[in-house]
Amino acid sequence: MAANPRIKLPETAAIGDVIEIKTLITHVMETGNRHDKTGKPIPRDIIHAFVAKFDGREVFRAEFGPGISANPYLAFHMRVPGPGIFEIAWTDDHGVTTVATAQLKLI
Amino acid sequence: MPDPIDISILSRREFVAAGAAAAAFAPFVARAEDPAPGAPLPSQKFKDDFARITGSATPVEGKITVDLPETAENGNFVPITIVVDSPMTDTDYIKAIHLLSTENPAAHVATFHLSPVNAVARVQSRMRLAKTQDVVVLAEQSNGEMLISTTRVKVVIGGCGI
Repeated sequence: MAANPRIKLPETAAIGDVIEIKTLITHVMETGNRHDKTGKPIPRDIIHAFVAKFDGREVFRAEFGPGISANPYLAFHMRVPGPGIFEIAWTDDHGVTTVATAQLKLI
Repeated sequence: MPDPIDISILSRREFVAAGAAAAAFAPFVARAEDPAPGAPLPSQKFKDDFARITGSATPVEGKITVDLPETAENGNFVPITIVVDSPMTDTDYIKAIHLLSTENPAAHVATFHLSPVNAVARVQSRMRLAKTQDVVVLAEQSNGEMLISTTRVKVVIGGCGI
């Protein structure tokens, strides 16, 4: 179960600035390689897809394997084209997509 | 910021096994370029993923800076920063950065897709390392050329649920 998606943006930015977008979500990222106490394999359950849109346009995308740590953190950059809202979507192995949005404040 | 990793989820047996595995691989600190006798070898999964990603391209070294700890105390949680030197213009940019591990149970750790809108080819995340091994970064350029960087990380307590 994914929970608590977070997006961290600079307080303010100007058009043309290159900004860093930091993202974090709470998720176990179960690898599928572990066994429970009775020896039964614990099924894989990871966030495998990450899509970032700004103003409706895709600006960054990633695929994750089980080698990404629990509570996946991901930071990337973007040159600010104008005002807009970030929409970030994390999709897990159950096909559940968790979406967070954040408004970029321009100066 | 992230919650601290709870290593108590490992049973005592897993913990001891992880420690023993790390100790067994401790002597192999040689670089991938000059493999010492008995050094860990890349898994078949790594070779398959590497071949799938590189295709017909022959990766060349350079332009990639990978920031990883020399020694990772906890293989469940290894911070990584990848920077590729690229102008990121419409005609010359990095299309994708692939992150691979030579000896994790799943070799392919992540792929990051970029475009000129990103302005800089820089990504930061946190990865798992099951044991001491090489972390291989492949960067795909817009002209189809492929760059490569290999970093050995010594792992004290392995991740990936071993």
